[in-house]
Amino acid sequence: MDIFHTLRAIAVEELISVAVLVLLLVAAWGGDKAARAIAIAAVAVLVGAAVLTVPLLTGGADSLALFGHLKLDAFAAFARLLIYVGAAVTLVVAPAWFEREGEMRAEFSLLVLLAVLGMGIMVAANDMLTLYVGLELNSLAAYVLASSARGDGRSAEAGLKYFVLGSLASGILLYGISLTYGFTGTTAFDGVRAALGSGSLSLGATFGVVFVLAGLAFKISAAPFHMWTPDVYEGAPTPVTALFATAPKAAALALLMRVSLAGFGGQVAAWQQIVVFAALLSIVIGALGAIGQDNIKRLLAYSSINNVGFMLIGLAAATPAGAAAMLVYLAIYVVSSVAAFLVVLALRDDHGRAIESISALGGLSRTRPALAAALAVVMFSLAGIPPLFGFWGKFLVFQAAVSAHLVVLAAIGIAASVIGAFYYLKVVKVLYFDAPTDQVQGTEPVANRVVLLASALVLSPLGYLLTRWLGALAGTAAAALFRLA
Amino acid sequence: MIAAFAFYLFAGVMMTSGLLTIVARNPVHSVLWLILAFFNAAGLMVLTGAEFIAMLLVIVYVGAVAVLFLFVVMMLDIDFSAMRAGFIRNAPLGVLLALVLFGELFLGIVVHSAGNLALGHAASASVTPATVSNTAAIGALLYTRYLFEFEAAGMILLVAMIGAIMLTHRERGDKRGQNAAHQIARRPQDATVNVQPEVGKGVSL
Repeated sequence: MDIFHTLRAIAVEELISVAVLVLLLVAAWGGDKAARAIAIAAVAVLVGAAVLTVPLLTGGADSLALFGHLKLDAFAAFARLLIYVGAAVTLVVAPAWFEREGEMRAEFSLLVLLAVLGMGIMVAANDMLTLYVGLELNSLAAYVLASSARGDGRSAEAGLKYFVLGSLASGILLYGISLTYGFTGTTAFDGVRAALGSGSLSLGATFGVVFVLAGLAFKISAAPFHMWTPDVYEGAPTPVTALFATAPKAAALALLMRVSLAGFGGQVAAWQQIVVFAALLSIVIGALGAIGQDNIKRLLAYSSINNVGFMLIGLAAATPAGAAAMLVYLAIYVVSSVAAFLVVLALRDDHGRAIESISALGGLSRTRPALAAALAVVMFSLAGIPPLFGFWGKFLVFQAAVSAHLVVLAAIGIAASVIGAFYYLKVVKVLYFDAPTDQVQGTEPVANRVVLLASALVLSPLGYLLTRWLGALAGTAAAALFRLA
Repeated sequence: MIAAFAFYLFAGVMMTSGLLTIVARNPVHSVLWLILAFFNAAGLMVLTGAEFIAMLLVIVYVGAVAVLFLFVVMMLDIDFSAMRAGFIRNAPLGVLLALVLFGELFLGIVVHSAGNLALGHAASASVTPATVSNTAAIGALLYTRYLFEFEAAGMILLVAMIGAIMLTHRERGDKRGQNAAHQIARRPQDATVNVQPEVGKGVSL
């Protein structure tokens, strides 16, 4: 492979790295006054990265780059586009939010770009070392972003908790990687797959698989490794929470899919029960934990745990159809999270302070009908109520589980989604049937309104116009995942 | 013969300085003993033929980490006698932990030497030829096969740097930056004044 081929294959990484270094100099000389301009430039960089990524969606012939350490296939492209969407929305909404709460730091956008760089490496990783480097690049930037509201004690707490628990999870993951390396003699996913074979697994290799999955389960905040999620989501600045709920989640789930289906793909029986366990526990804990919450960010954190559970059902199926269903679900979930957090950003009282309490939203439908309608659409969609787009993702996932003979898993999942529907509907009830508290005031920047309108339209029944297109893309991406080198 | 002598010398000094690291009363002395232990560990690494790790130990641990320790010890106001207060009370727990760790090491070595561990065999690409020194071998791998990871690790360090500055740096109103042009433009006659005070009167400035 000649150098020009390699340089072209990693064009996205080069673009983002160079842009970060240039913008870092701008930040050093321009200071915090240049923060808004840097955020706009960072969005432009993400658009450029997306333009470079789109041609890969249909799947290139030779997707391996850099000695097979990166696999730039349709799957990586699909996950990367979701990551870019999440990060771009954060960069669009962040300047207005931070300027209201204090000052927008010039470094904020740089850290988001660096996290995106790490996430892009994660989803394309085809080697345990690449996986780990990408994951750490993303995590380290995320720890700083979580504590970036310096005047707020909760933000510092969120950053510290995330850092300590995240480091622990990285350690567990690394332990699993070293065990896997010890018992297979290689870190490349293809090599691991070949070395593990499809026969019975040695005890040491089983430990390796379990530790790797446990470390990754922390990163996707699947139960029983979900404890950090509500605290971090609540404490982190809202634009950062919007990022956490979208881009890193998509990246970590894609990584988990690649590790399980490509690296450990010959040993489905070894990890399937772990994934089934984590899926059911996440659905139940996500549903039950959310019921008592009054803080909307905590509620959305439990909702994300709940949704990760549903996506893991698709992974448990371990079929191309299951992977494709997971990707469709992930795409819809990213749009739902974007819409949900845009509504949360709009909730402010007449002093400009953020409102996070659900009970303060009583009768929002009468004072702010459009905002209330958007939140109701998001809640119905997250609950999977049929006319809305969120139903489609759940339907595909359960369909894949049933056709993979996981009928019991699908049945329990459907039953638990009814519990989840309870708290989503409770929010809608507060919005539409409670006495107006008239606390939410103020207007939103135009950019926020446009993004909110667009995502609410995707979640509305109009979203079904996308099913054929989205399904084809997800199908290509999932097929790339199952294609052996 | 000379190798055995060197081994016992390095190992003996390392054990002694390791022990002195934890029993020394003065924390600065502890760090100095630690540096000595690192140097001797590097000597042991050279004896086993791992000269790259030996250099890493000296450069990273002695050069950076130990000096950092020294800075921390000297700059932070830590009452070390208060930290030692619970030593006797917690000693049984420490001994227990040490025994557990020793047991694990022992078991690991026994299992490994019994040969019942079905470890994987490294791919032929990553096996070092006998003719290449390990520094050259690591360099050849690091800058070719693992170049991408190496560069990405550089980006991680950049994140760490940006993050540390972003979280701790604050613009303070009272800071007085250096203005070199102003300093150079200043002439002696602007700054000094010749006076001849009367005896016993002093100078009023």
